[in-house]
Amino acid sequence: MINIENLTKIFDTKQGVVTAADHITMQVPEGEICVLLGPSGCGKTTTLKMVNRIVTPTSGRVLINGEDTTQQDTVTLRRNIGYVIQQIGLFPNMTIAENISIVPKLIGWNKKRYTKRASELLEMVGMDPGTFLKRYPNELSGGQQQRIGVIRALAADPPVMLMDEPFGAIDPINREVIQDEFLKLQRLLKKTIMFVSHDIDEAVKMASRIAIFREGKLVQYDTPDDLLSHPKNDFVKGFVGSDRALKRLQLVTVEEVLETETAVVKMNDSLSQALVKMDDAGYERAIILVDDARRPVGYISRSVAQANQGDCSKHYANLRSVVRLEDNLRTVASKMFTHDATWLPCVNSEGILEGCVTQRGITRHLGATYKAVQ
Amino acid sequence: MEIITYVMSNLSLLAQLTLEHIALVVVAVGLACLMGVPIGIAITQNERIARVVLYTASIIITIPSIALFGIMIPVLSVIGHGIGYVPAVIAVLLYSQLPIIRNTYTAINNVSPGLREAARGIGMTSMQRLRLVEIPLSVPIIMAGVRTAVVMNIGVMAIAAYIGAGGLGVLISRGISQSDPRQLIVGAIAVSLLAIVADTLLLALQKRLTPKGLQS
Amino acid sequence: MKSAVMKTIQFNNIGRGVMYLAVLLLGIYLQRTGLIDDILYYYDDIVYLGRQHVELTLISGGLAVPVGIALGIMLSRPKFRNLSEWTMQGLNVGTTIPTLAILALSMSFLGIGMLPAIFGLFIASLLPIVRNTYTGLLGVPAHLKEAAAGIGMSSTQMLLKVEIPNALYVMFAGVRTALAINVGTVPLAFLIGGGGLGELIFTGIALLNTQMMLAGAIPTAMLAILVDILVAGLALLLVPRGVNPLRN
Repeated sequence: MINIENLTKIFDTKQGVVTAADHITMQVPEGEICVLLGPSGCGKTTTLKMVNRIVTPTSGRVLINGEDTTQQDTVTLRRNIGYVIQQIGLFPNMTIAENISIVPKLIGWNKKRYTKRASELLEMVGMDPGTFLKRYPNELSGGQQQRIGVIRALAADPPVMLMDEPFGAIDPINREVIQDEFLKLQRLLKKTIMFVSHDIDEAVKMASRIAIFREGKLVQYDTPDDLLSHPKNDFVKGFVGSDRALKRLQLVTVEEVLETETAVVKMNDSLSQALVKMDDAGYERAIILVDDARRPVGYISRSVAQANQGDCSKHYANLRSVVRLEDNLRTVASKMFTHDATWLPCVNSEGILEGCVTQRGITRHLGATYKAVQ
Repeated sequence: MEIITYVMSNLSLLAQLTLEHIALVVVAVGLACLMGVPIGIAITQNERIARVVLYTASIIITIPSIALFGIMIPVLSVIGHGIGYVPAVIAVLLYSQLPIIRNTYTAINNVSPGLREAARGIGMTSMQRLRLVEIPLSVPIIMAGVRTAVVMNIGVMAIAAYIGAGGLGVLISRGISQSDPRQLIVGAIAVSLLAIVADTLLLALQKRLTPKGLQS
Repeated sequence: MKSAVMKTIQFNNIGRGVMYLAVLLLGIYLQRTGLIDDILYYYDDIVYLGRQHVELTLISGGLAVPVGIALGIMLSRPKFRNLSEWTMQGLNVGTTIPTLAILALSMSFLGIGMLPAIFGLFIASLLPIVRNTYTGLLGVPAHLKEAAAGIGMSSTQMLLKVEIPNALYVMFAGVRTALAINVGTVPLAFLIGGGGLGELIFTGIALLNTQMMLAGAIPTAMLAILVDILVAGLALLLVPRGVNPLRN
C-alpha cells in the first residue's frame, strides 16, 4: 500500500516559483493499479517521481506499507520499488540478461538465482530466453524492449511499482497487446502500482483507481466507473470526453448484465412448441436453439415458426455471433452493431449457454446512476 | 618585459612572418578545398570507393608532419624543390584532405532522403539537386572541416620552418637553436594566437554561412 | 561488343602487369641506388632512438590517459558544473595551440631534456582525452541515468556500470586523437633535447642527408600508423557491443 500525505513540490525557476504538486494526499491500496491522469504539466509525473525521490519533495511524506520513506536512503528505497519509464532506459551496453539481472545483482543474489530469474521473467512475457538473453537492446523491437523494461522492474520482486507512461512510446496496435499482457501479469503478481498516463482510454483499461490532476492539484480520485459516471466538475468532464458513457462499456463484463433466465428450445421440439415458449417468455422475434449439452446451435425466428411445421432441427437459422462471460460490453456492442442484432447469446468457457445480453439490459445498466455492486 | 621589448623592436619581422605563415596556410588549404570537396562529393556515389578514400586519407593524417617532410624531400628533390615552401604546401594539402573530404562526404550523405525525394519530385536534375539543395545544406559542415584543416595546418606550417618554408616557426627554431627564450616564447605565442584567432574567425564564418533556416 | 570485353580484359591484365612492373622497378631502383642498404646503415641508431621514441610516447601517453580520464570524470560531476563550463572553454582554445608551440613553451619553463619533452607531450595529449571524457559522459542520455537512479544504483555504481560504458566509445575516440597527436609530436621532442627518431630526421635535413632522414622518417611514420591501428583495435574490443557503432 502506498500512502501519500500532503506531498508538495515547489520548483524555483527563472520564471518564478512553480508549484508542481500541491498538497497531494491519496492512497493506493495493496495490489491495485492507480493511474495518475491529466494534461502535461499537471503534476502527475512529479507526484510519481516523489515516491522514489527522483524528485525530492518540498514537504509531505510517502508511506510504503506503513513505513515512512522520508528517512530511508534513496538507494534502499529505490531498490524496493520497480521503476519503468517511457524511454524504457534499457542500458545499451548490457545484454538483455544483464539488464534484467541488474537489481538482483545489486542486492547480492547469487549468479544461479538471478540467471534463473531472468529466464523465468522472459518466459512470463512470452519471449524465448534462449533467443533473447544474449542479445543487446538495440537488436530488439520497441515492443520487445518495453517488455524487458517491465520485467527488469519486476526482477527483484518489489512489492511496489512506479510506471511513468510505460507504453507511451509504442505504436497503438502493440500497445493494446502489451497492456493486455501486463494486466494478465498483474492478475498473477498483484503489485501495488502507480502508473502515469495521459490517455484516458489507457487509464480506464488499466486502472483500479484513477487520479485526475490539474495544475498541481488532485481534482478527483475514484474508480474508473465512478469517474466516468460522476465526473466532479467540468474539467474532469472535458477530460474524460463526451463519450464517457461509451468508455464505461469496457469496464463492465457480460457477466454483470447477463439475463440468465433465458428460454430455449431443443432440437426435437416442434415449431409450435417454440412459438408457445416465445410467447411465454415474451420474446418478440426469436428463440435460441440448443443441443442436448445446452450448447447454442442456432435460433428459430417467429416468422419461420409461424409459416412452417415440423421439428426445430429442420428450420433453424445459424447464430450470427456469441459472446463470452468475460467479454466487456464494448466488444458486445461492437458485435451487435456489426450483426445488426439486439441480443446475443452468451456462453461460458465450455461453450454452454449461460444466458443472453440485450441492448435493453446494457442501456439499463449504464443508465443506472448508482454504482454497480461489486 | 624583455619579451615585450623584443616584440616592439621586431614588429616588422613579426608581421612579415605572420603574413608568410597565413599566406602559406591559405594557399595550401585553398588548394585542398578545390581538391577535397569534389572528391567528397564524388565518393558519395560509391560506398566502397568512399571507404578506400577515407581510409587512405586517415592513414596520411597519422603520419607525423616532420616524417612526411622527410619522405617528400628526396622525391621532390627530383624537380629541385626538396626543401622550401613546396613540400610544406603539399604536406598541408595532403593533411587537409581527411577533414575536408570526410565532412563533405558525411554532409552530403546526411541530407535527409525526404528532402532528396522532394527535390526529385519537383523535377530537379541531379546537378540542380546538388547545387540547390545538397551543397547549400552541407556548407556549414564542410566549413567545419576547413576550420579543422586550417587550425591543424597552422601547427604543421610552424614545423615546416625546419625545411625552410618560412613563417612563424622560424622564430621558434631560431629560439631553440640560439637558446633565446625571447624568440622561442614570442614564436610559440604568436603561432598559438594565430591558431586561436583563425579558429574563432572561421567559426564565425561557419555560422554566417549556415542557412537561416538551419540556425538554432 | 566482343572487342570491348576483350579490351577490358586486356586493360585489366595490362594494369596489373604495370603495377607489378612498377613495384619491381622501384625495388630494383632502390637496390641499385643502394638506398635500402644506406638506410640499414643506421640500423643501430634506429633501434636505439626508436626505443627512446616509444618510451616518450608510453610515458607521456601512459600518464595522460588516466589523468585525462580522471579530470574528465571529475568535471562531469554536477558539483563541478560551474567550473567545468570554463574549463571546457579553455580546453577548446588549448586544443588549437600547435604542438610545436606547446613543446617550445614547455622548454622555456623546464629547460632542455627528456622531462620538458614528456611534460609537453603529456599536456598536448591531455586535452582531447579530458574533452572527450567530459562530453561523452554528459552525452549519456538523461533517461538512462534516471533508469539507473530509479533502480537504486548509487552514484558510483551509476558511473561505473552505466555512464562510463555508454561514454566509452567517445572516450576512446579522445584517446585515439590524443595518441595520434602524441606520436605526431614525439619526433619534435628531439628539438628540445628529448631524443627519439626525430634526431635522424632533423639531422638528416640539416645535413641534407636523405638516407639519414628516411631512416628516421619511415620508422616514425610506421610507428604512428601502428599506434593508431592498435588503439582502433582496442576500441573495437573493449567497447561493449550494444554501444559500439563499429560492432553492429
